[in-house]
Amino acid sequence: MADAQILQRGQLSQPVLMLMFLSALAILLMALFMTVGARGDWSFILAFRGKKLAALVMVGFAIAVSTVAFQTVTANRILTPALMGFDALYILMNSVLVFLFGSLTIVAADPIMLFMLNVAAMVGFALLLFRFLFSDSTRSLLLVLLVGIILGTLFRSLTDFTLRLIDPNEFIVLQDFFFANFNTVNADLLWVSAIIILVVSAVGVSRLHALDVITLGRDQAINLGVDHTREVGITIVLVTVLVSVSTALVGPVTFFGLLVANLAYVLIRDHRHVFIMPAAALLAVICLIGGQMLLERLLNFDSSLSIVIEFAGGLVFIFLLLRGAAR
Amino acid sequence: MIKVSKLSKAYGDTIVVDDVNLDLPRGGVTAIIGPNGAGKSTLLSMISRLLPMTAGSVTVGGLDVSKTLSGELAKRLSILRQDNHIAARLTVRDLVSFGRYPHSKGRLTVKDKEHIDRAIAYLNLEPLADRFIDEMSGGQRQRAYVAMVLAQDTEFVLLDEPLNNLDMKHAVEMMKLIRRAASETGRTIVLVLHDINFASCYADHIVVMRDGKLAYQGTPAEVVTPEIMRDVYEIDIKVHTIAGQLISVYYD
Repeated sequence: MADAQILQRGQLSQPVLMLMFLSALAILLMALFMTVGARGDWSFILAFRGKKLAALVMVGFAIAVSTVAFQTVTANRILTPALMGFDALYILMNSVLVFLFGSLTIVAADPIMLFMLNVAAMVGFALLLFRFLFSDSTRSLLLVLLVGIILGTLFRSLTDFTLRLIDPNEFIVLQDFFFANFNTVNADLLWVSAIIILVVSAVGVSRLHALDVITLGRDQAINLGVDHTREVGITIVLVTVLVSVSTALVGPVTFFGLLVANLAYVLIRDHRHVFIMPAAALLAVICLIGGQMLLERLLNFDSSLSIVIEFAGGLVFIFLLLRGAAR
Repeated sequence: MIKVSKLSKAYGDTIVVDDVNLDLPRGGVTAIIGPNGAGKSTLLSMISRLLPMTAGSVTVGGLDVSKTLSGELAKRLSILRQDNHIAARLTVRDLVSFGRYPHSKGRLTVKDKEHIDRAIAYLNLEPLADRFIDEMSGGQRQRAYVAMVLAQDTEFVLLDEPLNNLDMKHAVEMMKLIRRAASETGRTIVLVLHDINFASCYADHIVVMRDGKLAYQGTPAEVVTPEIMRDVYEIDIKVHTIAGQLISVYYD
């Protein structure tokens, strides 16, 4: 469809141009990130920065794509998968682990095992939530969201409770889990995450057309022959895997997906996911790398990229809410 | 043809559609009328697999709707509901293009484009083809949706209150177009209507529902009588023949 349009008009369409521009910007930032201010042994620098870059790119991709897909199936542009309580579960799980086994055990534990445990728990949780979707009611997606939000609150309360019982020294260790951190990523985890993300993308890419149709709403999707329950189910599972990987890799990121997804809708004036998803992913990578460089090089301030990005994302969220209320 | 047998829908103890048996012939326009809460829309939703049925079965053109693959059914049967909300920004042409999804799965061929252009022309939407549907009036949007359903090019077309949001001029145009689509292309069109005069003037066949049950059916002349109308709507309705058309008058 896109190719036909390009041939017809003899020029590139707006979404294609925008994607090319975003790709160029992302590549430029990646190159800068790897080289700016480099002193000393290149093999060390490339390996060290490469690891961080890989984490930023993967997390950006996972969050952007999962948020766009989630917003499409819920037909709502101010929701993020975080609303389903994933971040709360992640924090609770780690708090309980520290409480039960002590921080030393957690720090010493095999990171891949811990990672897989986190991913498995979050996917399991999402599948449990998803069982509600198979009930007869057509409003069940809202029910799933509601249950997710309430469970999120429950998890947060449980976390608070655990934290009151915990040793103050252990609490310091735990705090690392509460905010996304791009600096302390394990190299082995990157490989595992990359493989998971590739598998999810391979499954997802053939479903992009179906997602386009789901944009029209449940009734129209069924009319056009899309098995709505099945497609939404598969999408939710894929979204969960992506969110889990991203959370287990760097920690919870709540509003960032909202920021890049809505930027993508504004910049790509087309409804097709073939365009929106790459745009959102590129925007996420640009924001993460750009933000990280800004913090590292200009502000000499190392570990709070997530706070800055969450701040910006939170502002966008409030803006969207106010605009929605004004309508 | 559309064959509905022993069809029921219940929410808990509330029965919304109660043991309906109905055979709709192939071709022509069938209007379903009845008071609010009679189960008209629910019936249409079950025929079009949007709503699972509690009991009974529906076959459309020989295909059992609860057993046939949804993608196959989408090439034979289309449905348009009243409330359509879209979060994304779509142009009229984008929306109408979606009508070809059952046939081409998103990769439009030259033949698909012909169907799309024809549907847009059929509803006089050419000047609006590149407008965003969230920036159009309710009536224009309604026409865009009908164009999408026509582009889907199905033998059976179900429309749930297609005259909603339309003023008299556009309502009449819509009904003429539905008539034309039925007679020119031999489609079977079933629609839920609220205005009994539109039903009596434009439909070949009228189905009357009340309290979830099939109350009456037949040609407009058979169904639109003061006795039946009073029985169904519980108000006095006079039926006059004006310029060869049966017009119900119910404004006291």
